[in-house]
Amino acid sequence: MPINVKTAGFATTIQDLGRPGYYHLGIPMGGAMDRFAMRCANLLVGNDEGAAGLECVFMGPELEITEDVIVAVTGADLPPKIDGEVLESWTAIKVKAGQTLSFDYLRSGARGYIAISGGIDTPPALGSRSTYPIGALGGVDGRAVQAGDVLPIGSDKGTVKADQSIPSNLRREPGAPAELRVMPGLYWHRVTKAAGQKFFDETWKVASEADRMGYRFQGGSPLEFVDREPPFGAGSDPSNITDACYPYGSIQVPGGTEPIILHRDAVSGGGYFMLGTVISADMDLIGQLQPNVEIKFVKVNMHTALSARQERAAMLENVRQALA
Amino acid sequence: MASRFTFGADEHIFVEVSEEMSLEAFFKTLSMTNAVRDANIKGVTEICPANASFQIKFNPDQIHPDDLMAELQRMEETADQAEPVLNTRIVEIPVYYQDPWTHETLMRFRERHQDPNSTDIEYAAEINGFKSVDEFIEAHSGSPWFVSMVGFVSGLPFLYQMVDRDRQIQVPKYLRPRTDTPKLTVGYGGCFSCIYSVRGAGGYQMFGVTPMPIYDPEQKTTYLKDFMVFFKPGDIVKWKPIDREEYDRCLAEVEAGTYEPRIREVVFSLDEFNKNIDETNANLMEALYAD
Repeated sequence: MPINVKTAGFATTIQDLGRPGYYHLGIPMGGAMDRFAMRCANLLVGNDEGAAGLECVFMGPELEITEDVIVAVTGADLPPKIDGEVLESWTAIKVKAGQTLSFDYLRSGARGYIAISGGIDTPPALGSRSTYPIGALGGVDGRAVQAGDVLPIGSDKGTVKADQSIPSNLRREPGAPAELRVMPGLYWHRVTKAAGQKFFDETWKVASEADRMGYRFQGGSPLEFVDREPPFGAGSDPSNITDACYPYGSIQVPGGTEPIILHRDAVSGGGYFMLGTVISADMDLIGQLQPNVEIKFVKVNMHTALSARQERAAMLENVRQALA
Repeated sequence: MASRFTFGADEHIFVEVSEEMSLEAFFKTLSMTNAVRDANIKGVTEICPANASFQIKFNPDQIHPDDLMAELQRMEETADQAEPVLNTRIVEIPVYYQDPWTHETLMRFRERHQDPNSTDIEYAAEINGFKSVDEFIEAHSGSPWFVSMVGFVSGLPFLYQMVDRDRQIQVPKYLRPRTDTPKLTVGYGGCFSCIYSVRGAGGYQMFGVTPMPIYDPEQKTTYLKDFMVFFKPGDIVKWKPIDREEYDRCLAEVEAGTYEPRIREVVFSLDEFNKNIDETNANLMEALYAD
């Protein structure tokens, strides 16, 4: 029994944990921007952590549920409502056939994750149901969710304890200003020492161009570059390189002015230098940043990156234990 | 040509084989990425070759970044000794230069261009010293091109002109990228040509369109039934200028499922190419058009 989409919200897409393995062809891994939140939502409703759910941005959709299911909403503080009654997020909610799931106003964060017991069962493309609209892959016919769509739900429903929720100390929200930990590298040597220092000292703001492909930042000083003869094939601008691969989380600064962090739907390569990469443990946080919020880039080394990664893994393990 | 190894945080190693583009740098990149693939290293999840650099994505829970770095650095010597010979294919790609669709688009974004009073191809012809656009098209379509990278989005090929460096076309990218580019636009930026596999944003100059799909997520196109992406690094391309009539005919064939691209198997040796570029290219043309 499917879910009927009454209103779609804003840029609501079907996402799971993505389709790694095709980045060398320009097809990014995709998947939930806040993977921790997606996994938590699935765990709450008894799904496999990689089941497909909905990622919504700033506002939620309105969904008519046509069978008895468990739903959970995690990520941004976007309170779910069942037939108009506001309920808790990060909690398993029983929904009866015929009820409507909608949302109250966004209080904090940027992306909410909706899991439904059984998972959304649209046809996978290259091993994933994640929506990649540029390449018309996954989702509903390769696109975002629209009003009038009918979303099939899988029949493989696990068993869950009703009303269980994820303890608040295991939920994750960005601080203020948010800190994104960065390992300098890649083409870090292209900027002067003073410019590199400033990049980490100054406070930046999320720009309006902030989506699944990348997040742009404004408000810091333009970068100064180390002089060079442009290498053949790179282009004449000091921020150009011979077109190369872009790591997920890499920070490019076209023209030296506005840094862009590439995210889950990254372009796989191009001709702009990158000065470093956000560590894997902080990638989820980016998806919860609203435009105009302040952020600081914090310089870290590999040791810190690996410890932070272990902390994140431990936190997820604690969630699994808490719900087991 | 000593490579530069650097971490992209805790999940990527980025290797710049050369700052500048050359076929030598491409072949070394190919040898190194092949070596990494053959080594089947635990924890390596993606191997992405680019023009003159490559990137490895790995799971640091399975291999320590320093250990993987050391292993990759050891492979460089082996790659230096690899013979730059490639069993590959040459493909004819029809191009309708100066088509109405890219023309409409480039007129819409004129204020983002270096020369708002000319078209992209007129500008490219002029700054590369050609007397006319026809002469420029002759140069662009006269020699074969080497696919030295696939990426950006959905199977988009970057192509490198197979001529002496002093004859290579170079054109800067738009001053500010466009928010729109027609699907299957043949573009140009720096020393690279490209084919935009899908509609979308872009900064390369626009010269024309091809009727031949190179990406098909539904895999309905006859020659994309096995896999949705047409190009792979190492493919060789010959542009074939076509007019509107032939464009329409090709398009009708694509839609009817009867279009078959002209593709021939070839062996490419970089050493032979460097010894005699014109002769190597003539042999490639013969292989493509002999039958």
